[in-house]
Amino acid sequence: MATLVQAVRLALHYGEEHLGVTDVFGEDVGPPLGGVFTATQGLRTAWNSPLDERGILGTAMGIAYAGGRPVCEIQFCDYAFNVIDVMKVAGNQRWASAGGYPMPIVVMTPTGAGIRGSLYHSHSFESWASRLPGWKVVLPSNPLDAYGLTIAAVKDPNPVMLLLPKALMRVKGDQLLPGEPADPDELSRMIDAPVGADRAGWKPRWPAMREYVVPIGSANLAREGDTATVVSYGRTLPLCVQAADELARDRGYTFDVVDLRSIFPYDWDLISRSVEKTGRLLVVNEDTEVTNFAEHLLRRVVDEHFYDLLVRPRTLMGDHLPGIGMNQVYETNSVPQAPHIRDAMRELAAEAA
Amino acid sequence: MPELNGEDEPDPIGGGPRRRGRTIPPGVAVRSGRETLSAELALTIFRQMVRTRALEERSIKMSKSGEAYFWIGGPGEEATNVCLGLQVHKGQGPAYDYLHLHYRNAGVMLGMGMSMLDHVRQLGMRRTDPHSMGRNFVGHYCIPKWNVVPVTSVIEVQFAMAPGTALVQKRFGGEGITIVVGGEAGTAEGDFDSCLNWTTRPGNELPVLMLVTNNRFGISTDLRTVHVDRPVADRAVPYGIRAETVDGNDPIAVWHGIARGMKHCRELRRPFLLETMVSRMHGHSSSSGAMRDPAEADPLALFERKLLDDGAIDADGVTALKDDAKAEADAAVVEAMAEAQPTPADVRRFTYADSEVDAVYPGDYTGLPGRR
Repeated sequence: MATLVQAVRLALHYGEEHLGVTDVFGEDVGPPLGGVFTATQGLRTAWNSPLDERGILGTAMGIAYAGGRPVCEIQFCDYAFNVIDVMKVAGNQRWASAGGYPMPIVVMTPTGAGIRGSLYHSHSFESWASRLPGWKVVLPSNPLDAYGLTIAAVKDPNPVMLLLPKALMRVKGDQLLPGEPADPDELSRMIDAPVGADRAGWKPRWPAMREYVVPIGSANLAREGDTATVVSYGRTLPLCVQAADELARDRGYTFDVVDLRSIFPYDWDLISRSVEKTGRLLVVNEDTEVTNFAEHLLRRVVDEHFYDLLVRPRTLMGDHLPGIGMNQVYETNSVPQAPHIRDAMRELAAEAA
Repeated sequence: MPELNGEDEPDPIGGGPRRRGRTIPPGVAVRSGRETLSAELALTIFRQMVRTRALEERSIKMSKSGEAYFWIGGPGEEATNVCLGLQVHKGQGPAYDYLHLHYRNAGVMLGMGMSMLDHVRQLGMRRTDPHSMGRNFVGHYCIPKWNVVPVTSVIEVQFAMAPGTALVQKRFGGEGITIVVGGEAGTAEGDFDSCLNWTTRPGNELPVLMLVTNNRFGISTDLRTVHVDRPVADRAVPYGIRAETVDGNDPIAVWHGIARGMKHCRELRRPFLLETMVSRMHGHSSSSGAMRDPAEADPLALFERKLLDDGAIDADGVTALKDDAKAEADAAVVEAMAEAQPTPADVRRFTYADSEVDAVYPGDYTGLPGRR
């Protein structure tokens, strides 16, 4: 099975060959490296940019004005803060021009903690991104969704931010991508560049991938249950699934685990139906907790489902701290880990109505 | 020399510059130093400068009368802007020039042939405003059919975008170039250096004409108090970009400066940095009163004097041009302000383009997900 980062690469290859992608670019995105996580290795249109995030997004906008279909990368979302006003401009171009100029660009950037990244490689970005009207923001938690959301991002004629969970980049999926060879070693031999001097003349052998779209704004019900609803995405999603399985086995609690997949637009219909059913809600993410996107979801649940709730709705988020420290005691005690999630889900399920 | 741009609408006074009194002898040239313009071209430039000034002065009046909330523009930059607008290769797509402008470029647009009416529609926040449907500040133009991308108030971001359109143009071939315009204060932003850097990647040099209009102020701050006292054009040196500084108040000098820059970009497919020294006759915007600053030289008055001295026009001709321009601006205001305003139903329109892969917004934005 492909890893998440291989899935993104295969989707971008599909985009180059079938969907009109003209440029895949950013820092170290072209040869020889093909991206620090290898998401762009071997791509025909990949090229290296100056180390200049504002130039990257601005140039992507210019390419789009002139009819191109660019995909650009900010190497880590931690480096995107100096470009946030350009993101705002990209999001408003169609509105500001009353339909004069669409802005079909994709910005992809790794997000979140979990790779021992210290202060500047552990940030989350979805709460910031959710405050950029005009954008669509997606965040897969497994390779198949990464493949389908990347293709959707390329096909959508609006600015789409593809947030990729750093901690899950190397995690293999449990389903084959459409067109992926069944043997994962064979896939690696085909599309992963050799390390070292052998790379100079290397070319990928692309499998014949097929189109697969995860519609933007559609969540996935990763687990179905009746006791409570858990909404999450990205790195914390598999931890929620794991906790749901353990609590079902050990305590008999069953959960709707909603993998949101799209931050905006989000799948309100699925969340709404689930909360109506269970009356109990927990939203889990790892972004810092003040003015966190989870708070918006909670606000809507309180506004629209107050009388459906059996217990107080709640969140589990990262601490409001200036950073995540290198020693693991900092990370494990400031962003949600498996035990925190399991405890929060157990308390949600057990609280007397 | 390319065919000059002109108004889209048939000219009510018959195309070329209107002259009363004596006619111009054939072959008369207007001179500045070693450079000359034909009298006919000089009068075309002059007429567009007069129109631009009349439009700006009428716009300031609107901001003071309450018909508009805010004015910002370019009185004092008419020579530079008109000479640019007249020389643009106008059209849609990478075969033609892309324009990444800032908010002092009314003269560029009038030079390209935009009507005064379309300027006033934006200033008056009308639904008919073709640039932004009454959403944006005045002078924040957007005309897709002429490759004029949306003007943004955020200083200098257009310099980060210009390499993108130029990259597509270089691949496309032909002579289309990208023109990006900003003030000297904006060059403090890193986006200015982004443009210098991205247009000079070895083997990937890009045809971008960077035009910096230097009026020596950023809002209220004197350039000399925050920047080294060197020409902005010197910033091109470490990048190996050809650059010039010209007198932006002298239409003859700035016409030729722009022509040299454009020729360089069109033929060599490389960047060029042109700094034009201009006036700021009415301050930064209506927020600082928009009063006439008597210390600022007036390029229109200077050019008028030159044309009169050289016999290219007479006093009656000047008066007629100014009267016509003022009447045109007044008529544009009357027409625009009688047009409809946006409605509440317009607020969300044009947020999103139609998407076949979006489960929530297959069409435009409709409010928060799941709420109708």
